[in-house]
Amino acid sequence: MYLVWLTLLPFIGAMLMPLVRAQGRSLQTLVAAGPAVIGLVMLGTIAPKVMAGEVPALRAAWVPALGLDVSLRVDALGWLFAALILGIGLLIIAYTRFYLSPKDDFARFLALLLLFQGAMLGIALSGNVLLLLIFWELTSLSSFLLIGFKNDKAEGRQGARMALAVTGGGGLALIGGLVLLGQIAGSYELADILARGAMIQASPLYPAALVLILLGCFTKSAQFPFHFWLPHAMAAPTPVSAYLHSATMVKAGVFLLARLWPALAGSELWFALVATTGLVTMVVAAAIALHRHDLKAILAYSTVSHLGLLTMLLGFGTPAAAQVAIFHLINHALFKAALFMNAGIVDHETGTRDIRLLGGLAGLMPITATLGTVAAASMAGLPPFGGFLSKELMLEEVWHTPFLGAQGLLLPAAVVIGASLSVAYSLRYLYGLYFGTRPDSFSQAPHDPGIGLWLPPALLVAGTVLVGLFPQTLTKGLVSAAAAATTGGTAPLFKPMLWHGLTPALAMSVIAVAFGTMALWQHRPLQKLWDSLALPDAKMLFERGLAGTIAIARALTDAVHNGALQRQLALLFAAAIALGAWGMAAVPFAAGTRPTLPAPPLAIIAWLMLLAGVIAVCMVQAQRFLSLIYISIIGVVVSLAFVYLSAPDLALTQISVEVVTVLLLLLALNLLPKQPPALSGTGRRLRDAAIGVVGGGAIGFAAYAVMTRAPLDPISAYHLANSKSGGGGTNVVNVTLVDFRAFDTFGEIIVLGIAALAIFALLQPASRGPSGQRLRAWLPDMPRSPEYHPMMFAVAARLLLPLASMIGIYIFLRGHNLPGGGFIAGLVFSIAMLMQYMASGYEWSTQRRRIDEHLMIGLGVLIAAVTGLGSLPFGAPLFTSWFDYFTLPLVGEFELTSAMAFDIGVALTVVGAVMLALKELSHVAQRAEKDEAHDDAPMDIDPAKLRAAPAAAEDVP
Amino acid sequence: MISMEFLIASAIGVLTAGGIYLALRARTFPVVLGLAMLSYAINLFLFAIGRLAVGQPPIYAKGLTDYTDPLPQALVLTAIVISFGMTALIVVLALRTFLETGTDQVDGKPDESPAEDQEGQP
Repeated sequence: MYLVWLTLLPFIGAMLMPLVRAQGRSLQTLVAAGPAVIGLVMLGTIAPKVMAGEVPALRAAWVPALGLDVSLRVDALGWLFAALILGIGLLIIAYTRFYLSPKDDFARFLALLLLFQGAMLGIALSGNVLLLLIFWELTSLSSFLLIGFKNDKAEGRQGARMALAVTGGGGLALIGGLVLLGQIAGSYELADILARGAMIQASPLYPAALVLILLGCFTKSAQFPFHFWLPHAMAAPTPVSAYLHSATMVKAGVFLLARLWPALAGSELWFALVATTGLVTMVVAAAIALHRHDLKAILAYSTVSHLGLLTMLLGFGTPAAAQVAIFHLINHALFKAALFMNAGIVDHETGTRDIRLLGGLAGLMPITATLGTVAAASMAGLPPFGGFLSKELMLEEVWHTPFLGAQGLLLPAAVVIGASLSVAYSLRYLYGLYFGTRPDSFSQAPHDPGIGLWLPPALLVAGTVLVGLFPQTLTKGLVSAAAAATTGGTAPLFKPMLWHGLTPALAMSVIAVAFGTMALWQHRPLQKLWDSLALPDAKMLFERGLAGTIAIARALTDAVHNGALQRQLALLFAAAIALGAWGMAAVPFAAGTRPTLPAPPLAIIAWLMLLAGVIAVCMVQAQRFLSLIYISIIGVVVSLAFVYLSAPDLALTQISVEVVTVLLLLLALNLLPKQPPALSGTGRRLRDAAIGVVGGGAIGFAAYAVMTRAPLDPISAYHLANSKSGGGGTNVVNVTLVDFRAFDTFGEIIVLGIAALAIFALLQPASRGPSGQRLRAWLPDMPRSPEYHPMMFAVAARLLLPLASMIGIYIFLRGHNLPGGGFIAGLVFSIAMLMQYMASGYEWSTQRRRIDEHLMIGLGVLIAAVTGLGSLPFGAPLFTSWFDYFTLPLVGEFELTSAMAFDIGVALTVVGAVMLALKELSHVAQRAEKDEAHDDAPMDIDPAKLRAAPAAAEDVP
Repeated sequence: MISMEFLIASAIGVLTAGGIYLALRARTFPVVLGLAMLSYAINLFLFAIGRLAVGQPPIYAKGLTDYTDPLPQALVLTAIVISFGMTALIVVLALRTFLETGTDQVDGKPDESPAEDQEGQP
């Protein structure tokens, strides 16, 4: 359980930060330091166990379907990494307290830093590679926020974006790699994966998984050619650079290499990729570092170089080399974090980070100079510091390792060059800052900062000195245990010593120091040579590549989606046709052998009418009223087809929908242009017709192919068998709608309700803005009947209302057993009421409407939902219906079902939706047509009005 | 002998062809009609998946053994109602666009300045 707390503590700390935002900085620092302190205590408690080889672990299922478990484990490698994260994190928090200017938002900074700390701890402690991935992405995100902390500076934003693009892109590759790895190993548990190294390396998928994982590691650890993001990430405040970009985050890639070492390392491919990349990075980055002038850039490239060194050592694939990598990881974290803080102090005190403008600071700031000198000496690999020891061991390994199959001098030579450059830039750093001539450009003499700024690096520097002096006592246990955990075996003998005789390694070391000193001595000509090389600027290449990608994406988007609906629809149809053609090519078209039905002459006539209707609609588009009449013919023919082909419910629905649709289109057409000129030329029309004919032909063939084959055991046998016994109704279609598939129906009435509400939302504000102006300026463009509301029509409609309602109720009630039901009844009701609107006008009808349409839609959905939920208390699945038979005198036996309540909901929603849509449309038209001369009387000649005011009528001249 | 299957299949094909053609027109109203026509075609196709049968409505009765497939019918029934909702929404969208922009071209472009897509502007 403490493992969960250990991982969660930084996140909790991050969430506490906003609460103490108004408090003083010291309190904020204390709160932020809490997780690290508690975490370190926890790590200290379990240290003896872990160093003895025990692996405390915890596992709980999270998403078992994916193999994603909350699985945490601490072996010595994880312990070491966690201790680095927390220990250096603690020092950084203390340092930041004094470093950040009062203007900066300290609480936000600490919150982000804690977020990052938690993510890193997660990587160190994850026992499941998918969980590790989540934390991995979290570090990319939190590092993005930290690099861009000064988000008012373009530099910070660009650096943050680049870091996110590179590490995020690598993260994508890593996802693929780890998923492949999990698939090969058959488990996403780290412990399982590590135990199955041989199986993984034998798999044909191993190269793909390896390359993807390495992409993730190399981008994170800024390995060549992805090294360019790290120096740009230096736009971050210096504490961030010290923490993320030297000690922890960039080491996540190296950590993962070490973590997966037993599973992946040892193959030739591993050696070729990892060791070579590491070597190249180490040399190239060291060369760049020597020629930079910004202190942080020098340190950044030196970090890249040292990460290359670690990568190379892990790439050798031998346990001894892996052990040296672990040792150097500790040393590097110690001196590099100290150096970054050191550079930060210099920046803080002098106001510049340009090494050319600095010099001779040793006299002015002795403490800083001492700390910087010791740390830089350790980085250079000079005795008697920690860096010297790990460098010696590294050279020893290099000497023994055959490179690319040859025991030649190539590898040692390259490494010596890298080491010489490392000596050179380290010496340049300390010489250029603290010795040499002091420029007189300082406005005020810099001096040592307060203890808050120098104590944290001093502790680290003390560490590097102590490791150098007492390596056996201090690091042997930890390094051996961590190396054993890394390689999954027993650690080789670890004997770091300042003096171990005249070995090849010592000779190489001496050569490197000599070369390095010479390079510094001849730095000026070297710099000139370097500047004249005109090396490609990785940042520019990256930005050009990015701009190119964006341009391609934009061109592609513009080609497909240029805002023209016609082009997009044409592409859509063409793509659908192409997909269909591809599918049909696989299975050649042939009609089936199912016996067909003979067509009676009437059917052929109806078919001809439909054909004529379609052609007519396409031909007479410019005359829109005509096209409406033609399309209604199609609707009638389709309804007739349903009648003939044993689908009475569909026929009833189709014919009533037809009425409503035509009314709706008529209302809309009232305000739309009636006979607009055609916009497309003949060529385009022919092209569209061709698309239509090909698409239609394909669909027709498909339909014919389906209908001439016998169905393959359809599931509807169940519906037929259970309709009466289980659903209590003989109309299987209706029982399906209200019981078997009631959940679908429920969804559909919701969609219908939403459509109606959207129509309401679209038309309500139509009277405002330019739309409102057009409405007010609108003039009826059709000849009107002088009678707005003919009396005969109005009277007939009123008489029909109760009759039509009766039919609606009848259709509703019988629906469960005979054709009918909620949908059809709702449509019939709607039509009956729409007739009132047509006959007597909008005002008159709206005044007499009792229930608001919105309420009807809402009630309908609600009733349906409650009915559906009603089955749950009885232990039945959602939307199961209940029914029973009752007897009443006079009425006789009748059936009551809960499905009826559901159907009421359906009918209510349908009525509400249809009425709302049409009412709103007519309301818009009505607002437009408002003219003073006309009153809204429900009848043109109202007998009641005539009787009430005969005198007034007679007064009319 | 012309079969019912052929009539329905060809009707579906013709409706689809007309629907596609109309959906590709440059003014909103034909596009609405085209989508309505496509929904006829799709509903018929869905219905035809249950195969054609004459005189076998899916109304359960004792003694009867032959019924047409009720499931596609149930699906099509709701589809018809939803098609109405869709047609209504689109026609209202078209109307509002026309009121806002003063043109019924599908992209809201005025007739006077034809887009590059509209060759053969009269």
